[in-house]
Amino acid sequence: MDKKLLKINNLASKVEKEEILKGIDLEMNKGEIHVLMGPNGAGKSTLANVLMGHPEHEITDGEVNFEGEKINDLAVDKRAKKGIFLSFQYPEEIPGVTVENFLRTAKSAVTGEDQSIFDFKFLLEEKMELLDIDKEYADRYLNKGFSGGEKKKNEILQMAVLDPKLAILDETDSGLDVDAVKTVATGIQKLASDENGIMIITHHNRILDYIDVDYVHVIIDGKIVKSGTMELAKDIEENGYEKLKKEQEECSYC
Amino acid sequence: MSENKVDLKEIDRSIHDKKTDKDYSNRAKIGLTPKIIREISKEKNEPEWMTEFRLKSLEIYQNKPLPDWGADISDLDMDEILTYIKGEGEIQNDWEEVPEDIKNTFDSLGIPEAEKESLAGVGAQYDSEVVYQNLKEELVEQGVIFMDMERALKEHEDIVKEHFMQLVPPDDHKFAALHGAVWSGGSFVYVPEDVEVDIPLQSYFRLNAAGAGQFEHTLIILEKGAKAHFIEGCSAPKYSVNNLHAGTVELFVKEGAELRYSTIENWSKNMYNLNTKRAIVEKDGLIEWVSGSFGSKVSMLYPMSILNGKGARAEYTGVTFAAEDQYLDTGAKVVHAAPHTSSNINARSIAKGGGHAFYRGLLKVTDSADHAKSTVSCESLMLDNDSKSDTVPVMDLNTDDIDIGHEAKVGRISEEAIFYLMSRGISEEEAKAMIVRGFVEPIAKELPLEYAVELNNLINLELEGSIG
Repeated sequence: MDKKLLKINNLASKVEKEEILKGIDLEMNKGEIHVLMGPNGAGKSTLANVLMGHPEHEITDGEVNFEGEKINDLAVDKRAKKGIFLSFQYPEEIPGVTVENFLRTAKSAVTGEDQSIFDFKFLLEEKMELLDIDKEYADRYLNKGFSGGEKKKNEILQMAVLDPKLAILDETDSGLDVDAVKTVATGIQKLASDENGIMIITHHNRILDYIDVDYVHVIIDGKIVKSGTMELAKDIEENGYEKLKKEQEECSYC
Repeated sequence: MSENKVDLKEIDRSIHDKKTDKDYSNRAKIGLTPKIIREISKEKNEPEWMTEFRLKSLEIYQNKPLPDWGADISDLDMDEILTYIKGEGEIQNDWEEVPEDIKNTFDSLGIPEAEKESLAGVGAQYDSEVVYQNLKEELVEQGVIFMDMERALKEHEDIVKEHFMQLVPPDDHKFAALHGAVWSGGSFVYVPEDVEVDIPLQSYFRLNAAGAGQFEHTLIILEKGAKAHFIEGCSAPKYSVNNLHAGTVELFVKEGAELRYSTIENWSKNMYNLNTKRAIVEKDGLIEWVSGSFGSKVSMLYPMSILNGKGARAEYTGVTFAAEDQYLDTGAKVVHAAPHTSSNINARSIAKGGGHAFYRGLLKVTDSADHAKSTVSCESLMLDNDSKSDTVPVMDLNTDDIDIGHEAKVGRISEEAIFYLMSRGISEEEAKAMIVRGFVEPIAKELPLEYAVELNNLINLELEGSIG
């Protein structure tokens, strides 16, 4: 079976007139967990949004391949149906729509099969338990009045329910307290399998303590400047991005 | 909203736009004269005072100018509108006796289902006459009266005479005067002291003739300590001639009584809906309005609550949906005229496809209403850049010792929210529908199940094809 999940080739993008991604190359196989690090404004969230198909971001060059298919122009919902999932950095509040109703609609949409109310409730409660989320959240309006941490947990709950092939987690650990980071991170590790790939965007290594990371990439000024293993993440935690930034500047011809 | 309330199956617009093949030979002449008014009154076998009332109203109507504010109603040719259409159906007590074509229409509107589910009673109005009335026996035994206005005028003349157009007098505005002159049909509800009607009383009516005006009068009286829920639904088929609806609703809520008045109106897109609704609430009484306004070309509708006794309360929850070529001017009015009265207004409007939703509200606190409390919240949601929303909540406060809260939000549907939902595999159309349904959830949850479903169906219908 083909393990190739995602292939990003020389990807460049802009928002309005501002260029953000300036030639990203990245490959991911099923069964892998990648971490994307980098200073603020480097383009991490942009990459996540471009992969999901956010309408404000325009691809100006390059190609995104998902399971061998070019998806540059694919609509957002179609990408989700193919198995791409984005855990939002700032999840939207949708008043009047309960978590359960929303997720059942979403599950029906991505699977193409209507979800029975009973079976779905069972699935949802099982996943809520996994993430230590109170069952009453199923009846609450989506993200409405949720704390920052609750919103992030809810994103991972959605990932657990929708079971995507590629999960992009945009700063899922920010806004979480120590215990919540542990719950969410162990949850993510449990969801990781040979059938999916996970891309974790983060500022901190705390979340990585609970996750078996395969690759770490550093993105600076719209490009991946260095790739490595957890050692790279540890190096950055100790020394910051200055050294890498300098290398990048000195090497502007390359 | 919770799933057990929502039926997302789409219904065909044509259900509401259906017109039956019917003989309208009995219709009155176009235009209004005292002679026509006398004919109407005579045909209805009305008491002399009602005939006089109609004639007096006609006089006021003919001398009153059109309102110079709100919607543009200059397209409305009053002489072209048939004011009185009598269908072949007389008032029925048994569903079996209802004429077949009328039944077919009701079938497609789901009325018999409502009956099958043993609801308290259905007063369904077909054109200008109520054709079907039924009320559970135990309610009759308790002295509850639920019948059409024509019959109430004969059987309960004293009660009708005491209350009829006392809250909305003919000189209130031109269309109130017109209503007074040509009113026909409508529902009459009387609940005696301390009687609680625990199942909603329902009435459903629709217009079925091109150019037909509908002027139904609803009169509800709750005696001391009585409780009731009245639901009214409307639907009209579509025609090319401008249609006028100028109904009147008068609600009398006596001391300690509680009335909930729910209505979902879905007018054809050529309708001028100029309805007047008013409630007067005595000491410690409660009026609750739940209102859904769909369809029509123009609507001007401002249910008013007059809090007349100490501790009287009013709640208003309303949603207005203005689509292409529609101007919906709606809002709630509350008059606090006694101490310790309270009101809570929650109005939502949606505009799409160039539609215009206008919230026009009034909060008046008289100088005798010390310790009055009121919260007004209006939110509007525009689904595209062509649509318009306005909010004009007027406040007229004449005493200081009061507690007033006001919140108004006007916004467009959030692209980020649509992106968020789409990133979970939900189509753009469904994402928008989901956001809109969530937006009106505070209203939907106030409605009984079948009406919440209808509200959702109407929203789905309105949203259909709204995506480029």
